[in-house]
Amino acid sequence: MPKKKPVKHSGDDDIAAPVSSQTGSSIDTLWWWLTHKGTTTSFLCISLFALLIRSAVSMYPYSGAGTPPKFGDFEAQRHWMEITTNLPVIDWYRNGTNNDLTYWGLDYPPLTAYQSYIHGVLLKIFNPESVALLSSRGHESYLGKLLMRWTVLSSDALIFFPAALFFVLVYHRNRTRSSKSEVAWHIAMILLNPCLILIDHGHFQYNCISLRLTLGAIAAVLCGSEVLTFGLFSLALSHKQMSAYFAPAFFSHLLGKCLRRRNPILAVVKLGIAVIATFVIVWWPYLHSLDDFLMVLSRLAPFERGIYEDYVANFWCTTSILIKWKKLFTTQSLKSISLAATILASLPSMVQQILSPSNEGFLYGLLNSSMAFYLFSFQVHEKSILMPFLSATLLALKLPDHFIHLTYYALFSMFPLLCRDKLLIPYLTLSFLFTIIYHSPGNQPVQKTKASIFSFKNFPGYVFLLRTHFFISIVLHVLYLTIQPPQKYPFLLEALIMILCFSYFVLFGFYTNYTQWTLSRHFRSSGKEKKHI
Amino acid sequence: MGFVNQRSLMLSVYIGAEMDHREENKDRRLLLWFFAVATAVKLLLIPSYRSTDFEVHRNWLAITHSLPLTRWYFDETSQWTLDYPPFFAYFERFLSVFARVVDPRIVNLQSGIDYGAESVVYFQRISVIVSDLCLLYGVYRLTRKLEPMKRNLICALVIWSPGLLIVDHIHFQYNGFLLGWLLLSISFLQEGRDLLGGFLFAVILCFKHLFAVAAPVYFVYLLRHYCWSGFVTGFRRLVTIGAVVVAVFVAAYGPFIYHGQIQQVISRMFPFGRGLCHAYWAPNFWVFYIILDKGLAFSLRKLGFDIRIPSASFTGGLVGNSSPFAVLPQITPLTTFALVLLAISPCLVKAWKKPHPGLVARWIAYAYTCGFLFGWHVHEKASLHFTIPLAIVAVQSVEDAKHYFLVSIVSCYSLFPLLYEPQEYPIKVLLLLLHSMVMWLGFTAQYAEKKARKKESGEIKSKFKIGYFEKSYLMGLFIVEMVSQFLHPHFLGDKYPFIPLMLISTYCTVGIMYSWIWQLRRILT
Repeated sequence: MPKKKPVKHSGDDDIAAPVSSQTGSSIDTLWWWLTHKGTTTSFLCISLFALLIRSAVSMYPYSGAGTPPKFGDFEAQRHWMEITTNLPVIDWYRNGTNNDLTYWGLDYPPLTAYQSYIHGVLLKIFNPESVALLSSRGHESYLGKLLMRWTVLSSDALIFFPAALFFVLVYHRNRTRSSKSEVAWHIAMILLNPCLILIDHGHFQYNCISLRLTLGAIAAVLCGSEVLTFGLFSLALSHKQMSAYFAPAFFSHLLGKCLRRRNPILAVVKLGIAVIATFVIVWWPYLHSLDDFLMVLSRLAPFERGIYEDYVANFWCTTSILIKWKKLFTTQSLKSISLAATILASLPSMVQQILSPSNEGFLYGLLNSSMAFYLFSFQVHEKSILMPFLSATLLALKLPDHFIHLTYYALFSMFPLLCRDKLLIPYLTLSFLFTIIYHSPGNQPVQKTKASIFSFKNFPGYVFLLRTHFFISIVLHVLYLTIQPPQKYPFLLEALIMILCFSYFVLFGFYTNYTQWTLSRHFRSSGKEKKHI
Repeated sequence: MGFVNQRSLMLSVYIGAEMDHREENKDRRLLLWFFAVATAVKLLLIPSYRSTDFEVHRNWLAITHSLPLTRWYFDETSQWTLDYPPFFAYFERFLSVFARVVDPRIVNLQSGIDYGAESVVYFQRISVIVSDLCLLYGVYRLTRKLEPMKRNLICALVIWSPGLLIVDHIHFQYNGFLLGWLLLSISFLQEGRDLLGGFLFAVILCFKHLFAVAAPVYFVYLLRHYCWSGFVTGFRRLVTIGAVVVAVFVAAYGPFIYHGQIQQVISRMFPFGRGLCHAYWAPNFWVFYIILDKGLAFSLRKLGFDIRIPSASFTGGLVGNSSPFAVLPQITPLTTFALVLLAISPCLVKAWKKPHPGLVARWIAYAYTCGFLFGWHVHEKASLHFTIPLAIVAVQSVEDAKHYFLVSIVSCYSLFPLLYEPQEYPIKVLLLLLHSMVMWLGFTAQYAEKKARKKESGEIKSKFKIGYFEKSYLMGLFIVEMVSQFLHPHFLGDKYPFIPLMLISTYCTVGIMYSWIWQLRRILT
């Protein structure tokens, strides 16, 4: 039997002392801990923390808690579970005695309905009264809230996290130079994204599912598997029509790639089959008659609600202070105007991708097209900022400075909404947490971007502008919380917040579009240089 | 020439100092970073479940604010009477000044009862978060001389301790604040500044008397290490430290002695009528004792002996003269006291023989382990008293790390029944998992093989490996959790509600007993 080593008591044990002196700076111990076992382990550790944060946030109130008769998004989701578990599939989108469409009628595509059905079945097992037909309207209880929260938590853990892991593994496989600590930092940025946490686990929605499907599709693009991409993206589209924000980027990138194939037609046909097959499977119950199909479609496009609602920091809402769009044009013409504007705004990045598709350009394209949709499309919610924000998160290592600013303003644009939901403490805490993790010691994410030839920072007054912006936003935060706006303009502060965020988003949009174009020029020039050599 | 040499030497010294300074700044930044992350989590936990301790502390705010000092320990308006030593009462008096500004109803004796508005919740929760600065300073002071790797590990283990989060920031207490004082005291002892260390310990005792379990260790250590140096100096030092301790106690208890209330204060602080075990069955030695008694009574009854079923319960206190035990002899507070002292004694002998400052933390942790195992009416929260000091010991060798890995998981798990509401279920599980993960990553990195370190990629070997026995024991925790959370409610429903609690505490007792024996062996060898 081996004899046990004599035990030492004093502080300076010989085991660790020489080892740690080799590491040099103590500061990277943090990252050394996290990453020395490989990406998957550090991902697991960070995701545990992210789940902890999510479950802590979920203890806070949800949107519309205790505010009859309409309540909020929480009630909408619960109502859908009630409808889907109690009515046959074909009646989900149809107005009837048991399904009053004016009371939170289902207005998302079928995949959302299926997801509601699955969650509804779970709720029915543990708390049947919370999804009972008609009698459960406005149901609010400890157990009901908890179960609903857990459905979001589990969909996040089971769906968003694996997709994030998939993306990180694929993305960093291509980037040989990225150090381990950068990978860990990037994972933390994706998983601790305050906007997504606040909306899904505070306000209450299931954005994690459609965003995950999109993320999976993006990872599949980086993997080079086009069929998988289109399958996943079609699923994302059938979960939330808002996923269409990303469509131009996917379309242009894959078109650009297909055109470079030897057999472009065959490639396109293959993709077309993938898309059609996915759609047919998801939409099957509604494909038996044209009426049913149109009924669902009409539910998905609520044009009667006007071009904008509330105070969202997009073009239409911001300019409506000066130009009364709703009075000047009919809804019909506004529809075409907004469509044209959106296409025009996303055109540059699409053209770039068709001309020279590249992985990095694709990520920028996602960002640009979703930003274009956010700024110019019809009926945008505050929450839709999640789409451009997701794609910015993926590029966090490329534009770290802009990323933290974007996070700040994206959060700020949702500030009035979150205040209404009584989520002030999580809002402040998560912004704080995100900032300290962004600036976590020992990790300098500030990396020279490839487009460093031109930088906004070189513009005279840019830094000054940014600082003024920031200062005003702080003042607005304080004002919003402390003072009552004048009687004449009850939404004065909301409007100011909107203008501020809008101006930042526009600036950001310009910057990323420009970067995307310089990217291709850079690539092309470097390619030429290689040929010369 | 010489001049130039001197200058360059000076310059290099200067640069070296500058470097050290910068290093230290960086470390401080990292420590603050740990604390900031923890604070964010604590803030998010504000709306979570809070136990009656929340109302207890609110009531103390009201008592100390609206009553004169002479009536603090007599007030019975609420059932949650003041039963902590005077310094804690002064601390509550201090907090109540701010509480009044926030919302006057908090400090109202009558209308404040069971007050649950946002103002009081936020005020009290944030007061705990702010008082944790004490813990931060304690950790900082304790670890500032250590090498970076160890220091960071200790900081992560203490500041991110799941036990502290569960007890202080969900259940509601001020343990972080008090343990901060303890760490501060240990840091002075380790530096050889015994007088300050002793002084701080006296202060802690006047905050919370449950810390007194380590008093014998302090007494012996200070007597030997501080006072045992020649007759004259020794005597002078003995008088000094005696005077310091007496002064602290006078500052605390003086006013009450002056008013002739010391009897009342003591009787409030030591409610021996509360029974041997706390309602939640802390995982200590007495769990075995009770189970043995039950088993014996059952088997003897089967054999035909006439065993009466005891009328008193273990948790309800001693009712009259009847014993809660059917067969085994009754346990009195005196028995437990003697047993604790007996258990500590090997460590005392060791401390007397070789009073080494580097070992103080180990001895103190051991003393608290003994107090936890054999004490009277022990709360499971008391396990924090030894898990936090053990964190300091854990970085000293691989064996210590392995032991700490086990004991901190067990002690954290034993806190689970405190948060019995389903809302906190994912939180407590995630806290434990995250803690285990951080420990595992931290220890494997700390004890990584020298050569492997340099390699950029590939499998890194570490001396830190969890043994077969420990692994299966920890797996058992998982099974216990499954049984008590899912199988028991599913098959037995509401019948025998005490079974899950008993199962958990019995199983955790095995772990804690193991830890006790391990620590004892470690101290003796």
